[in-house]
Amino acid sequence: MSYAIFVNGQIHHVEDDGQTPLLWVLRDTLKLTGTKYGCGVAQCGACTVHVDGQPMRSCTLPLEIVASSQITTIEAVEGAEAEAVRAAWLARDVPQCGFCQSGQIMCAVALLRTVGSPTDGDVDTAMSGNICRCATYNRIRAAIHDAAGTLRGQTT
Amino acid sequence: MTESKVEKRRFAMTRRRLILGGSLVGGALVVGYTATHPMQVAGAILQGGGSDPEPSVFGPFVRIGADDWVTVVNKHQEMGQGIHTALAAMVAEELDADWDRVRVVDARGNFRAYGPQLTAGSNSVASNWDTLRNAGAAARTMFVAAAAARWGVSPQSIAIRDSIVSHTGSGRSATFAELLTDASRQTPPQAPELKQPEDYRLIGTDRVRRKDTVPKITGGQVYTQDVDLPDMLVAMVAHSPRFGGKLARFDASDALKIPAVVDAFAIETGVAVVAENTFAARRGRDALRVEWDDSKAETRSTPELFRYYHEVAAGRTDIEPNVLETKGHPDAQFGSDVLEFTFDFPYLAHAPLEPMNCVAQIDGWDIKIMSGTQLVTLDQVHAARIGLTIPGKVDIEVLPAGGSFGRRGTATSDFVVECLRIARHTNGRPVKLIWTREDDMAGGFYRPMVHHRAWIELGPDGFPARWRHHVVSQEMVPIGGNFQNFEGITGSPYFVTASVVDGKIFSPSHPVQCGFWRSVGLSHTGMVMEHIIDQLARQARRDPADYRWALYQRAGAARHLAVLNELCLKSGWGSPIETGWARGMAITECFGTVVGQVAEVRIQEGRPVVRKVTAVVDCGIPISPDQIAAQMEGSIGFGLTAALYGAVTLKDGFVQETNFDSYPILRMNEMPTVETHIIRSANRPTGMGEPGVPPIAPAVANAMLILTGSPTTSLPILSGNALGNSNVSVRS
Repeated sequence: MSYAIFVNGQIHHVEDDGQTPLLWVLRDTLKLTGTKYGCGVAQCGACTVHVDGQPMRSCTLPLEIVASSQITTIEAVEGAEAEAVRAAWLARDVPQCGFCQSGQIMCAVALLRTVGSPTDGDVDTAMSGNICRCATYNRIRAAIHDAAGTLRGQTT
Repeated sequence: MTESKVEKRRFAMTRRRLILGGSLVGGALVVGYTATHPMQVAGAILQGGGSDPEPSVFGPFVRIGADDWVTVVNKHQEMGQGIHTALAAMVAEELDADWDRVRVVDARGNFRAYGPQLTAGSNSVASNWDTLRNAGAAARTMFVAAAAARWGVSPQSIAIRDSIVSHTGSGRSATFAELLTDASRQTPPQAPELKQPEDYRLIGTDRVRRKDTVPKITGGQVYTQDVDLPDMLVAMVAHSPRFGGKLARFDASDALKIPAVVDAFAIETGVAVVAENTFAARRGRDALRVEWDDSKAETRSTPELFRYYHEVAAGRTDIEPNVLETKGHPDAQFGSDVLEFTFDFPYLAHAPLEPMNCVAQIDGWDIKIMSGTQLVTLDQVHAARIGLTIPGKVDIEVLPAGGSFGRRGTATSDFVVECLRIARHTNGRPVKLIWTREDDMAGGFYRPMVHHRAWIELGPDGFPARWRHHVVSQEMVPIGGNFQNFEGITGSPYFVTASVVDGKIFSPSHPVQCGFWRSVGLSHTGMVMEHIIDQLARQARRDPADYRWALYQRAGAARHLAVLNELCLKSGWGSPIETGWARGMAITECFGTVVGQVAEVRIQEGRPVVRKVTAVVDCGIPISPDQIAAQMEGSIGFGLTAALYGAVTLKDGFVQETNFDSYPILRMNEMPTVETHIIRSANRPTGMGEPGVPPIAPAVANAMLILTGSPTTSLPILSGNALGNSNVSVRS
């Protein structure tokens, strides 16, 4: 069956089974491989994308459900929050193996779009669904606070 | 772009001699330094008559381009540990290169050019320290000579700073690029002069930062999972759900009805399904009907295996131990006041976030492999065997790995070999083998299950007088007498006061495959030795730090003493702490690096909460303080995950933990703050990828001992009922 999906601002016509997880449509069909497979059961967060602005696990989202949604992946996430997050990640050299970081960044950007000055508790809530097997958590937390500071500086 | 002359000279079997491509190669000056490993000789054999896979690009470790950039070739596996950064810094320091114009490229597999390509044992920094400093210094010497000749001045009057070559008297200066042609005509120095550590301008500074962060925050980094070649197939394999099970028969008729499923066939490790995309391969595999022959399979459960291990440790089976540590009369009778300690450790999966995978293509005699693999040279040998070719025909493109922790380095090259066996069926089409998380969790090569049993008698001074220590563990590799599982006990400074030491390992054999897991033997011996020592200190009514201090002092363990002193200072050891909290300490030496950690712990709702870890490390000359800290933080998270949660258990031979819901990984809200302090040292540098792991479990257990008065006798601490009755005491 054919589905029209909106990914990174473009419409794509995808011939696939409606049950195909969005993750594999992104990776195998659209060649957007920045979104990773880590567990397949929404336990690790490596596959996080934005669906209508919300961070969602693409590994358990069937194609037929997201066919009318706006999807954004790591390759195209942009705006002040995304820039601040990336700058903070770079300044602190957050990644080690890096495999989870697309998902971490997508979650961090979504957090900062809703909470300007997240507390450590807010960070825990927003980020605890994302596993980092290299345990870069402390740098992720610090980078989120850095990015929040940058964004506050921009608005005042 | 041909440079047969260069290639030939580069491959000359000259020991301790700089080999230089004496001409410009594609606009680049190539400088290399032959690996001096005796196995270099084997390179010619391994490569057979095959040619260098990429003679113009890979081979030497250093290239300097017409664009003035310095390129360092990393022959090791980058799996997150930041080795590419440390290796590049060695070159850049001696070359006085501008660090901002240094890049790193990963080498393909090429034994003759690089020597063995094996990334293991936190050894890459130590084993490249001479090679890469020499490569950088040799290039520097040649630029100095070139500039001196061009300007008619003495080499002593030439300086290099940030890739600019200058003459102080005349004010003349030139870039590397401007001097490239002249420098390439210089005779390479036999033994270039190396800097003294006090003259370092880059090494040991906060400027030594990762070179791979940008692609890792934009989604641009290509891992094996992301490889997409023209005409490529995706494969999944139905493996035996029990270790040692063999394929009996299968029916793929339903699988082959699924659109985009191309083929299904038996291979040595199960039934492979190949498809045009990943989800189709998955659906195809799910649709297989497979029967397994379990006549030689492991069908026991974890509690049963532990009972068996306890029998082995007690000498009640026919398994003969291997003696790994003795002092005095090892058969001496121990007195009635002997203290007895037992510990049980379960299998642990590495669970890197990128599950095992590999891309392979067989084209006649030529094999191409793309994978993030630790033991590239071994993979070449195994691949040649499977493909009926010679290792020199095996081209391995080594990709960054989405974590590994030892899993991508097995003695059998398991997932690489599996991918090649599939590729033999695809008529030359490239195939990408994808393991699901469940495949990865149930796929073995675990940190072994381990049982420790120790009997210790204290002397009148309260220090160990006799120490008997039995370990039961499967071997990780079939050579070496299982010494790896005794590392951390062997040569322990805690034996210094003992007149009798009797250290033995028993190595039962069963079908569950075991392998190297980050910190290897120290992943359990560190817990055992460091938790025992706190219990002995308690018995002797001594502070654990004082007790260690006395033993290190008598053992002449200067590095341990320095770490202990710094650790006490930085952790606030001995100072008051809030009610309900306690500090626990542990100090281990792993692969030459000494690490001490103090954990601040309380018990909340029956489980330990760790809020802060103070860490001190002596890894010789620190190359990248930032990455040393990063590895300390990551190792603590990794070790704490194992201490609290880590267990792969069997029920009737079936792995019970198949994904992150049943094999929890420490998450953001559980991560303690980490403070890392680096001991100043002028000793040769040692590794950081693993040595931060061992101390955290005993540091937490030692704090819990203070809080509860009870020792920890098995891991994980939060085992629930996962280990069955493994906590049953065998003290008699």
